[in-house]
Amino acid sequence: MTVWQPAERWSSWQDMDSGRLLLLAAAVMLTIAAIAHTAAVAMPAATVHVAVAFGVLIALGELLRLALPGGRQAAPIATAGGMAYALLLYVSSRPPFRELPPQVPALQVIAVTVAGMTIGALPHLAAGRPVGVTGMASRLVAVSCVAFAFRPLAGVQAIASRWWLAATVMAVLAGLGWLVNTVIDALIRADDLGARFGVALGDELRVQWPLGAAVSASAMIIVFATETMGIAGLAVFVVPLLVTQLAFRRYAGIRSTYLQTVRALARVTEVGGYVESGHSRRVSVLAVAVGRELGMSEPDLLDLEYAALMHDIGQLSLRDPIPGGATVLVSRADQQRIAELGAEVIAKAGVLDRVAELVRCQSLAARGSDPGPPVGSRIIRAANAFDDLVGGSADRDRSAAAVERLRLDTESEYDPGVVDALGAVAGRRRASRR
Amino acid sequence: MGNRSWAAWLYAGVIALLAAALIAPAGFGSRGAHWWIELSVLRLLFLICDSTPTPLASRQSAWSPSSSATLAAVVLLGPAGAALVGVVSVFSLRRHLMLAERLFNGAMYAVSGYAAGWAYVALGGVVGTPAPRDFPALIWAFAAAAAVHVVTNHGLLWAALRLTRMRGRPRDRSRLESSLPLLLASDLGYAVLGLLIAALWTVTGYFAAVLVLVPLFVARWAMGQFAEQQQAYSATMEALCQAVETKDFYTRGHSERVSRGSGMIAREIGMRADRADAVSYAGMLHDVGKLGVPTKVLQKNGALTEEEYAAIQLHPMRGLEIVREIGFLDDALTGIMHHHERIDGKGYPMGLAGDEIPEFARVIAVADAFDSMTSNRSYRQARGIDEAVSELRKGSGSQFDPALVDAFITALGRDGWTLPGPAGAPPAGQPVTAQDHDDPTAPLRVVDSF
Repeated sequence: MTVWQPAERWSSWQDMDSGRLLLLAAAVMLTIAAIAHTAAVAMPAATVHVAVAFGVLIALGELLRLALPGGRQAAPIATAGGMAYALLLYVSSRPPFRELPPQVPALQVIAVTVAGMTIGALPHLAAGRPVGVTGMASRLVAVSCVAFAFRPLAGVQAIASRWWLAATVMAVLAGLGWLVNTVIDALIRADDLGARFGVALGDELRVQWPLGAAVSASAMIIVFATETMGIAGLAVFVVPLLVTQLAFRRYAGIRSTYLQTVRALARVTEVGGYVESGHSRRVSVLAVAVGRELGMSEPDLLDLEYAALMHDIGQLSLRDPIPGGATVLVSRADQQRIAELGAEVIAKAGVLDRVAELVRCQSLAARGSDPGPPVGSRIIRAANAFDDLVGGSADRDRSAAAVERLRLDTESEYDPGVVDALGAVAGRRRASRR
Repeated sequence: MGNRSWAAWLYAGVIALLAAALIAPAGFGSRGAHWWIELSVLRLLFLICDSTPTPLASRQSAWSPSSSATLAAVVLLGPAGAALVGVVSVFSLRRHLMLAERLFNGAMYAVSGYAAGWAYVALGGVVGTPAPRDFPALIWAFAAAAAVHVVTNHGLLWAALRLTRMRGRPRDRSRLESSLPLLLASDLGYAVLGLLIAALWTVTGYFAAVLVLVPLFVARWAMGQFAEQQQAYSATMEALCQAVETKDFYTRGHSERVSRGSGMIAREIGMRADRADAVSYAGMLHDVGKLGVPTKVLQKNGALTEEEYAAIQLHPMRGLEIVREIGFLDDALTGIMHHHERIDGKGYPMGLAGDEIPEFARVIAVADAFDSMTSNRSYRQARGIDEAVSELRKGSGSQFDPALVDAFITALGRDGWTLPGPAGAPPAGQPVTAQDHDDPTAPLRVVDSF
């Protein structure tokens, strides 16, 4: 989700979680083996230009990384380049139009991929952007899997001479490679965010599948087109991927602008003196953390975040601000009116009906009605009450007391499951502040 | 169809005859069954691509990679084949096309396909499934064919547009011309796809078309998502701005109208599409900072004290504070911050003058003042459009940028202006604003402290 900032933690090895450490260790071992092998076994002179061309393509792809919705990063051109190199069959070369036999061992593919990625990452390092070592390691492991699986098969005449058989094997392996990449990303993300792995994997698959399909198809396009056109036209092969990447960039761009705008405009209640400064943001961060603790999926969390940011927007219709803006202190009827007015405002947009519903139900007690408010509304209700009681204070005893206070009301007001999750989230925060 | 001149009909007829004359004598009897099957596959590919255009970058250019099928046909089937692929555009599944448009499209694609094929053959390109030994010589012939295809296609289309609805509307033509480089670039990109299809055909046959379609459709999906999100974004922003306005009975709809007016000016002066969008958003958000001004100051009847006047003058800064985090063009932010500057340097918050004032701010200032004058206020009825225009002219050069005032007046003359509905009287007991800081004809009254 959006609160997640991929933290490249270099400070100490103890800070690094075990999953990330394992991944980096695997990548380092692959790199050492690949470089040792390539150094020991001389590359046939006729394949050097192929290696260089693919290295350049991978470096370019690493340079042109792509931001995906939800703070993710991908390098589709680099992945497609690496996979294509792993899946290479013949390369036409001019004159005398001899086709190079598949002399490329898996470890050489890995060595070229590592070299390309490293060179492509240097400009990011120079510009002070995050290097994204974890993402690179994940891509490298995926490409390595494809290489180890396909390089031995490339020499099998039965496969190499039948394009449809080769295409089927390639499609399956490219799909598997993409799956490896996605599973690793989901593992890392679940670790970073404190989300459940199953939920994180579902989110990851949902976000990544269109790009995965484009990457796999492009890898196959590169493999088959090199058979006819030779390596010189490698630049031509990435055109479909560039078009795809452009489209994705615009999509991810508008998504993040959207979120930024709602975040900014949610603050009008603060500027207008209706609520305490920073209230909407704190409630939304807390609500998303609680939602994640409860295993909500990414689209639901996005709705929850929007609703939490705008939960007080109904106060704009009040003539006089509530003292201190603390809705927990006003009467039930007034709370309900604010919620209704806010939902009305949001529903006017016509596209955020689920968000409006969450805002509308935020003032309802967790029990007493059937089927009761949606879980998102219950979370907002508890997070709002918590923040009204604690505010921006980082005091440990105060937040523990606030959770206890909410727990007293779990008979009717607050959902006990939500309050438990809130307690767990608040407890972790206390621990990290210590 | 009444808006088409006889010249347009004559032109379309000539193109259709030309297409028929090019295709007819090609001698199809001598082609084998294989040729016809390949032709059918490429025609199918053309139809799929042609029937599913996606708006790219700006609203004016639709995104249809169908030329890749025609150019693949140039290599695989030759000039006549390329013309026969292009002609299926008549059967495009885009529903809103009229029969005359379909026939013209078919003829146009047939002629440009034939011209591309002719250029390819003339430069020594080998027709048929390419073999490795044909590269790289084939690439040069193909590049020439692609260039000929793009030029013929756009030339024929441009002439048709010129003869029909573009007459007498220089603005539309300039808009089309401003997006021409983008159109040409994307078309050349699709041409490259044609070469890819031809090269893949050697190895994988018909499967080539499927392989190339996958990334294209993913791109299309992403563009569709983008368009959907952008729409949702605009709607949400509008709803939130309306919420901000509910506080003040008389300014309802103000931000939406200022947004529209700013967009009109931006397009009139030929701003790039993305900047015109940004200036519309900035117009929408220009007054969010007013929420930071205490209600009792906004509703005060009578002269303002120095402090109260200062509080009102601060609202552009408050607005900037709110929207600063949005990953907008910087221009939009400066537009919000400086929308009350005056050309003569007597505005606020910084007292910038002339060209020091950012362009976005100068645009918003004109639309802002105009909407204020043409809306009802508690202290006066709405002025008519003519009266407001003459007030704008009066302030031109002192308060407003003369060029932008002229542009706005031109745009008003053409597009018209939707006035706010008759506001009537506010509900009894609701306090309303007594003064409007946007109204150039009734400046805020401030107590003279000395």
